[in-house]
Amino acid sequence: MALKLRKFKDQFSSLWIKISLFFVVLLPVVITLSLLYKSMFVLETNGLKELLFSSVWRPLAGQFGFWPFIISSLWVTILGLLITTPICMFSAIFLTQYSSSRLLRFMQPVIDILAGIPSVIYGVWGILIIVPMVGRYLAPLFGIESTGFSILAGGLVLSVMLIPFILNVLIEVFKTVPVELSEASLSLGATKWQTIKFVVVRKSFAGIISAFGLGLSRAFGETIAVLMVVGNVVGLPKSIFDPGYPLPALIANNYGEMLSIPMYDSALMFAALILLVVVMFFNFLSRLAIIRLEKKA
Amino acid sequence: MWRKIEEKVFYYLMIISTVSLGLLLVLIVATIVYRGLPYLSWEMISQTPKGGYYFGREGGILNAIIGSLYLSSGAVIIALVISLPVSLAMNIHLKRRKKLVNGLRFILDLLWGIPSIVYGAFGFTLMIYLGIKASLLAGIITVAFFILPIMIRSMDEVMKNVPLSLIESAFALGSTRSEVAFKVMVRQTFPGIITAVLLAFGRGIGDVAAVLFTTGYTDNIPTSLMQQTATLPLAVFFQLGSPIPEVQNRAYAAALILTIIILVVSISTRYFGKRFRKTLIK
Repeated sequence: MALKLRKFKDQFSSLWIKISLFFVVLLPVVITLSLLYKSMFVLETNGLKELLFSSVWRPLAGQFGFWPFIISSLWVTILGLLITTPICMFSAIFLTQYSSSRLLRFMQPVIDILAGIPSVIYGVWGILIIVPMVGRYLAPLFGIESTGFSILAGGLVLSVMLIPFILNVLIEVFKTVPVELSEASLSLGATKWQTIKFVVVRKSFAGIISAFGLGLSRAFGETIAVLMVVGNVVGLPKSIFDPGYPLPALIANNYGEMLSIPMYDSALMFAALILLVVVMFFNFLSRLAIIRLEKKA
Repeated sequence: MWRKIEEKVFYYLMIISTVSLGLLLVLIVATIVYRGLPYLSWEMISQTPKGGYYFGREGGILNAIIGSLYLSSGAVIIALVISLPVSLAMNIHLKRRKKLVNGLRFILDLLWGIPSIVYGAFGFTLMIYLGIKASLLAGIITVAFFILPIMIRSMDEVMKNVPLSLIESAFALGSTRSEVAFKVMVRQTFPGIITAVLLAFGRGIGDVAAVLFTTGYTDNIPTSLMQQTATLPLAVFFQLGSPIPEVQNRAYAAALILTIIILVVSISTRYFGKRFRKTLIK
């Protein structure tokens, strides 16, 4: 009897496992297909090329050119990455190569808490600190008038949000560099900095690139914090002090009203599909590179 | 000579950026506390919005606090039901099939990378398809999708490190696979499971984009799964958009409450992780 019960329990849990596994594998497929299905409508009427590269945005007339939104997204993402790159690189090198393991243990919670802060809080902080800073100090420095709600503010807020995310990956990447390798370099008379420059960074180059690839896809999809500081004005931004309107903000801002217009609904789903494809693409390459790197180490 | 100067310059740059990380955290928390604390009152956290609340009259955001807790707890429970068996299977049942497990990990990492706004759009589509209205239930399902990969991968990372000999000795004593899974693996990785749950809870409670279209917004505390609900991040977001200064100030207070919840979750994650580690078989 007891044996039968144990066997039953085992079979039951096997079934539960199979269902869950099936669900997890199916999830990305279902997400992609459902977004694709929903955006078919606008794809058929407007055509892929026009949707991506036209900058005419007249939802009521059925014209959906995503170019201004794509450009805004790219600006904000690239700016965020550029600002965050030196900070992440320097801190990651310092924490893994120079500092004692005690400092790393002390910094780990700091990084984790930064990573855990919700994006809406970053948004509030951005409105309180970054936006006035850009509007009152940075823009006049270049002789430009700006409200502060701008591409630059979006990039700055993003760069702060990206730090914990990229830094965590970078620390893992630098840890995969074998100690013997840097010791060999040091024993040949290279200085610590030369060793880092020519051995550690070169050895983990693929990993560094993929850490920033992951950061890029993270930045591309970040919604609420960017939405709060970027200004949300439709149009091609001419400088980084102009307001922008990235793709995620477009989806988030218009979801309530578009239900009455089926085409608009379809267009926003297409925007979500663009996000998904771009993010998946960069994630795919970066993860692949990281796996390769770990295999070698 | 130049080499030394170069090394010094970069050394100080590295110290500056590392220190700036700590300063950044302090700056963010200090800003939120400084702006939020003056407006944080017992009324804020003990009452739901009264009539005229959005014009600066009395009331609080209890509806959003409770709503967020409901939403995130519900999502964590659903996600746990799916993620626990998956991570157990990856480390016991499929332990020998390395390629399959690595493929699964790859898929999960990709899922982890999908932005929450895409989950939100997908959740909304699913909701329309199933014929559910914007409700607590729809929000819970969407957030559950969103935190699923986070939970599985964090549990998996801990289970990966359980020594193979421990599992093999349990099998050698005649245990079935489910007994190894639940009586050995779960017990052995309990701190990790708690950590994963708290991590996912924090993610779920702080996210806006996934629930923007699926939960709706209401001034009442939901009493059933089919009702709409307010959430704390949305309360911050909506009130900040108001032109009335009193309401904006309340947004800062709401942001402070959210920050406190996140900090408590973060700190208890570390505490539980350490505490349960004592009972493990080494």
